[in-house]
Amino acid sequence: MKGLNTIMDDEQFKLTLKRLAHELIENHYPFSDTCLIGIQPRGIVISDFIHAYIKQAHPEVQFHYGKLDITFYRDDFKGQIHMPNITDLDFSIEGKKVVLIDDVLYTGRTIRAAMDALLDHGRAKKVELCILVDRKFSRELPIQPDYVGKSIDSIVTQKVKVFWEEDRKGVVLYDSIN
Amino acid sequence: MHLATKHLLGIRDLRSEDIQIILDTAQQFKDVLQRPIKKVPSLRDVTIVNLFYENSTRTRISFELAEKRLSADTINFSASGSSVSKGETLLDTVNNILSMKVDMVVMRHSATGAPHFLAQHIPAAIINAGDGINEHPTQALLDAMTISEKFGSLKGVKVAIVGDIMHSRVALSNIYLLTKMGAQVTLAGPPTLIPKHITSAFPVQVTYNVREAIEWCDVANVLRIQLERQNQVLFSSLREYNQAYGISKTLLQSLNKEVMIMHPGPINRGVELDSDVADSGQSVILDQVENGVAVRMAVLFLLSGRKDPSA
Repeated sequence: MKGLNTIMDDEQFKLTLKRLAHELIENHYPFSDTCLIGIQPRGIVISDFIHAYIKQAHPEVQFHYGKLDITFYRDDFKGQIHMPNITDLDFSIEGKKVVLIDDVLYTGRTIRAAMDALLDHGRAKKVELCILVDRKFSRELPIQPDYVGKSIDSIVTQKVKVFWEEDRKGVVLYDSIN
Repeated sequence: MHLATKHLLGIRDLRSEDIQIILDTAQQFKDVLQRPIKKVPSLRDVTIVNLFYENSTRTRISFELAEKRLSADTINFSASGSSVSKGETLLDTVNNILSMKVDMVVMRHSATGAPHFLAQHIPAAIINAGDGINEHPTQALLDAMTISEKFGSLKGVKVAIVGDIMHSRVALSNIYLLTKMGAQVTLAGPPTLIPKHITSAFPVQVTYNVREAIEWCDVANVLRIQLERQNQVLFSSLREYNQAYGISKTLLQSLNKEVMIMHPGPINRGVELDSDVADSGQSVILDQVENGVAVRMAVLFLLSGRKDPSA
């Protein structure tokens, strides 16, 4: 990986995730009609952390948490095979407030697909978007996040990668062309 | 990750990885089919023609349903009532249809190799829905899905394929698939309906004693006697066939285990399979039909993106 820039180190990363969880608590407590939904595959690490953190901070609240796979809703799957992941939504989103959670917001196409996928599970009262890294000024669709971990400026040839290994957590920006 | 082929002409051309990709994808589509809205927009911009030169109920309906669940546009063609009766050739018919901008062709034909012939001449992706006595790949895939749902995987599962092996495309596709995926296969039936020397072509066992095969196996895939493809007398009567090679309740009850019974349909009740077996709890025939839609969605989904023949 050339031109490696650390956007968040291990410490910052955890602080940011905790802040996002607190923002959700602030706006949604006591989560009576709110559910969290992580987008497969990479939004799941973020949503797992936030879900566990809220559960730990407020053990008294009961809320639904699901995972959504959007492979069949993408408009760019042609030419390569994306292996579908599991969609795990064992509750109805009808009339609920849904918070979609993903790691990086770039063109907005993933979120477009996620909203289409979500609508096939019912009519949510409200849908919000929680994002760890927002790549500003690169949107191809009119989609904006409600909760942002960090906004960054980046160019098309750069990529953002979120690490979630035992010994290395954080976010880096790197050049994708050699 | 890529499938090795652009078309699905037979299980013969697939690698075991390809088979696994198709089965894994099918499992996700099966979940989609349990939802209140059983439809995804994946193939919204794809047009598919179903070319059926031979009769079919399950396969045609299953393909059509799979296409509709994927939001594809579909055209149905059946040879009777078309210009085929005026003498139009297969290639002409298909080229005419393709000039109306069709992306994929699902095809059943009574001539072995018909889809392979088309694959050499047209740019669209072709899915074989059965060609003569050669292959019926999506049936083998849905059989595999049904077996692995019950047993966790295909590896080491003992499968007996019983009946008309000679004329059955289901048998050939199943033999390719099961042996590639590490299952053990025994073929059973009358000597006139099992090709000689098949054991030198495939790693399979052959027995002419159906009871022996049923005692050995975990799964029995019972095949239909294909009277329409038999142009000589291969056994004396249907009644005698049933006595010697049919699967009866008495036979299954005399075993000290439960064998899973599969049949690709349509059933000749009272010939290869007795009614009380076909309708019993051991039979997974309707599960096979249910899995058929998911498997066909997976195949259509995975092949729809491969428009570049060199890719």
